[in-house]
Amino acid sequence: MATKTHSEEHHHDHEEPHIVGNSVYIIVWVALMILTGITVWVARHNFGVFNIVVALGIASIKASIVALFFMHLKYEDKLTWTFALYPLFLLALLIGLTASDVFYRLSP
Amino acid sequence: MEEIAMEDTHSHGHQIDPKVEYSAAKFGMWLFLGTEILLFGGLFAAYAIFRAKYAELFHEQHKELDVTLGAINTVVLIFSSLTMAMGVSAIQRGKRNLLSILLVITILCGIAFGVNKYFEYGAKFEHHLTPGTSIFFALYFMMTGLHMLHVFAGITILTVLLVLNLKGKFSANYNTPIEVGGLYWHLVDLIWIYLFPLLYLIS
Repeated sequence: MATKTHSEEHHHDHEEPHIVGNSVYIIVWVALMILTGITVWVARHNFGVFNIVVALGIASIKASIVALFFMHLKYEDKLTWTFALYPLFLLALLIGLTASDVFYRLSP
Repeated sequence: MEEIAMEDTHSHGHQIDPKVEYSAAKFGMWLFLGTEILLFGGLFAAYAIFRAKYAELFHEQHKELDVTLGAINTVVLIFSSLTMAMGVSAIQRGKRNLLSILLVITILCGIAFGVNKYFEYGAKFEHHLTPGTSIFFALYFMMTGLHMLHVFAGITILTVLLVLNLKGKFSANYNTPIEVGGLYWHLVDLIWIYLFPLLYLIS
């Protein structure tokens, strides 16, 4: 019994009480399904350059929802946030610099 | 009794405060996920450049892909993320049997994804569409193939967690591996969320 109380203390000591309710998860899941439907619908119509913008925009909203709720990022500390977002900065750098090299290089 | 004994070995055997261990394990997983994003990042960069250069070819050849199969796989994978997330909540509330059921569903979804992809690849090869066909198919096979490897790795991790859970290793007080393993599984879902529109829905 003593051990149990001891461990429970630890449990409540975590940064946040973050047992997320199943209702939250189901709402998140419904939102993800709707967004998937919208992506497929948009792709069947021609909006010119907006197709790729909308496709990537919706994908990013979906990815954010997954990270925030399913992956509990919403309840994490600043350090975890920093290291979760830092790779996205590196990714932008990787794609941006490679693209600028390829498209602004003077052809011989 | 046995359970309490196990908790004891765990908490004190490592000589690390369980609270610190919990935070460190999660943080370590987030760091690893960052390297995973950059692993795929190289392929995303290649995709961006070749799509910009050969927009016509990408548009023509993406029509060979089966949007229905891709959409079904998207639904399957997002559903598996839901069951994984619910599994983490279940064990945090001490519901061990519920976690086992949810892990089994998650693993089955992962296998369904793989079976679906197997038929998809098979159909492509039958039509002589291989990684050598074009830069679009080279990227398609590389990106979905690397993702598939991650699905296999995820299934392996979840199976190990299921076995450990059936042995009674996890409880409301100790469930760090479930949460950390779940993070990896969600990343697999997250990458597919980008792969699906980028490869199947080019308009």
